[in-house]
Amino acid sequence: MKTLFIKGGRLIDPSRNYDDRADLLIKGGLVEAADKNLKPPDGAEIIEADGLVVMPGLIDMHVHLRDPGQEYKEDVLSGARAAAAGGFTAVAAMANTEPVADEPPTIRYVADKAAGAVARVYPIGALSKGLQGVELAELGRMQKAGAVAFSDDGKPVLNGTLMRNALQYAGGIGALVIVHEEDPTLVGKGVMHEGSVSSVLGLRGIPATAEEAMLARDLMLLKMVGGRLHIAHLSTAGAVELVRKAKADGLPVTAEVTPQHLLLTDRAVKNSGYNTNTKVKPPLRSEQDRQALWEGLLDGTVDAIASDHAPHHSDDKDVEYDFAPFGIAGLETTLPLLLDELASGRIKELTLSMLVEKLSTAPARILGVEGGALKPGSPADITIVDPGRSFIVNPDNWYSKSRNTPFAGRQLKGAPVYTILSGEIVMKEGVVADRK
Amino acid sequence: MQTLRRKDILGLEEMSAEEITLILETARSMREIMQRHIKKVPTLRGRSMINLFYEPSTRTKASFELAQKYMSSDPINVAGTSSSLVKGETLKDTVRNLEMMNIDCVVMRHPVSGSAHYLARNVEISVVNAGDGMHEHPTQGLLDMFTILDKKGRLEKLKVTIVGDIRHSRVARSNIWGLKKMGAEVVVSGPTTLMPPDMEDFEIRFEPSLDDAIEGADVVMALRLQKERQEGGLFPTLREYAELYGLNSRRVEKANEDALIMHPGPINRGIEISSELADGPRSVVLDQVTSGVAVRMAILYLLLGGTKEE
Repeated sequence: MKTLFIKGGRLIDPSRNYDDRADLLIKGGLVEAADKNLKPPDGAEIIEADGLVVMPGLIDMHVHLRDPGQEYKEDVLSGARAAAAGGFTAVAAMANTEPVADEPPTIRYVADKAAGAVARVYPIGALSKGLQGVELAELGRMQKAGAVAFSDDGKPVLNGTLMRNALQYAGGIGALVIVHEEDPTLVGKGVMHEGSVSSVLGLRGIPATAEEAMLARDLMLLKMVGGRLHIAHLSTAGAVELVRKAKADGLPVTAEVTPQHLLLTDRAVKNSGYNTNTKVKPPLRSEQDRQALWEGLLDGTVDAIASDHAPHHSDDKDVEYDFAPFGIAGLETTLPLLLDELASGRIKELTLSMLVEKLSTAPARILGVEGGALKPGSPADITIVDPGRSFIVNPDNWYSKSRNTPFAGRQLKGAPVYTILSGEIVMKEGVVADRK
Repeated sequence: MQTLRRKDILGLEEMSAEEITLILETARSMREIMQRHIKKVPTLRGRSMINLFYEPSTRTKASFELAQKYMSSDPINVAGTSSSLVKGETLKDTVRNLEMMNIDCVVMRHPVSGSAHYLARNVEISVVNAGDGMHEHPTQGLLDMFTILDKKGRLEKLKVTIVGDIRHSRVARSNIWGLKKMGAEVVVSGPTTLMPPDMEDFEIRFEPSLDDAIEGADVVMALRLQKERQEGGLFPTLREYAELYGLNSRRVEKANEDALIMHPGPINRGIEISSELADGPRSVVLDQVTSGVAVRMAILYLLLGGTKEE
């Protein structure tokens, strides 16, 4: 394996509060040294990183790879390429595939297919059999097969007793439960956030309460039976407040937010003329909710940022608003969108180090996987970013099989220029290479 | 002669007061034409149109078709079937195919809000929205304004009270936008569960007491109540609805003496409006239907007429 030397970049390692110039020496797929003024060994491949930012490989803890079953939208390999293109070295893949990843063979299928892919793919197992919300799936056996967490994501767990048992049982085997909080009886046939915009557009609304009511229940169950709970894609001010309070009470809860909820509001549905790429769950909320998500991110209530990459084929999305599936494909926009927001200076307290924490160190910690740090002995999963690079989002150039994004045509400043997996360059200047 | 400088008629929210005025003025001449013995003018001769209805309709479809025929254009009617469950031909494919038969305009009714916007983005020909889900029904809003203008001589500073299921009503939305642009005051009333969840962007007044809402009104408009709203749990029974929110002669006594009584049809007699009121002297329910043809003639003329091709 080649020796890599990353020279003169700004190194950010939130795991040890490091943010300064440093060289990185990589050997045998691991970080051998990370320090100032290192000497490149003879024969090492040198990456000149002057003006670039070097960070631990980003980990997207919430993606849908549609494999098995809907490979026309995405598969494990195309999803991994999209990850590498977007600066992610690892993703955690949700279980709502066909068949559902609710037994060890499906978990192993995903893991095996990902061996040799350009990104690590951590399978997430279903919480209930067939995502039916009735019986517990085989959490322990799936854990042994490689599942890093358990979730019915895409479908909320309506049955309170099942959620109680799931939390309690998963707690006993040290497993993380990830929840999609949305009371389906309050969602009804809603297709966007319920508020003034849905009222004008004549689209059925999804009230903020649908998320908050179920979140409140699950936090109470967590208090009652213990376990470890991670809340997927927070979207409302009330939800942020509930998590903030739960954390203050010392509950073992973590939470994530997506770039779309940090950057867009329900106005996007109107301004785009009912573009179905604005249709997502949870829905794009109000401006007040959006601001509360940033507050939660800055004060630590929200631990992580995840894309909730939900690829859909244009055949499915290019229809009337009510008929389109929910979801935004985000692997190739998440990092640039956040870098751009940082460059804009709109969020005063936001720092690059904080973004790396939310996109790498925190997801590694929550999922209990390696990565999220760059010090001697760390796996050499590295993302290198050019904060000054401007480009226009063009989904036609994506590695993902899908194109569904409300950000197409946006000019962004800041992009990943290298993605390195186990010491191997898998993406350079936007071009993904297959692994040797 | 002026024309509308736009490709499509999708809703009144995006239309200016000047455009609305132009349509209403043009509709006046159109009504004269349709009241002639030989009610046919060559204005749109050689123009072809598709009336694409994904929802059943008697009045609106007949009204568009007659408007098209009075102006010598060639309309055909196509009944679409639309469902997310039954995978048929997509809306986009359907209309693109029809477009290749060299039609000039598509008039569409569709159960999904925003479908007209979606279609307009995807075809080059003009799209006229004949009702999209709960969003807008612009020609209905225009014909209602035409009727009011005709009877009252003005729209400005009139108090218009709309009663009933505002939440699910495209008729209400188009009337709200249009009337407000023309300077009228709009008040809505009805069960709170049938109001839009948030009315801030409409800038209208919600008056929970029907009597207060009607007090001093120049126009009282009832909306059709869909029976499935009761099944959806939004109000207890039709009987209770009629008793609390149904319009009748006694209830409209508080309105101005010469107040107009309106309803977009079809009427559920005895539920949202009593027969004696709907058939009474102040009712303009049938005038609305006549206005509909005139307004649709005006719109088609302003969109497609003139000398674009010469």
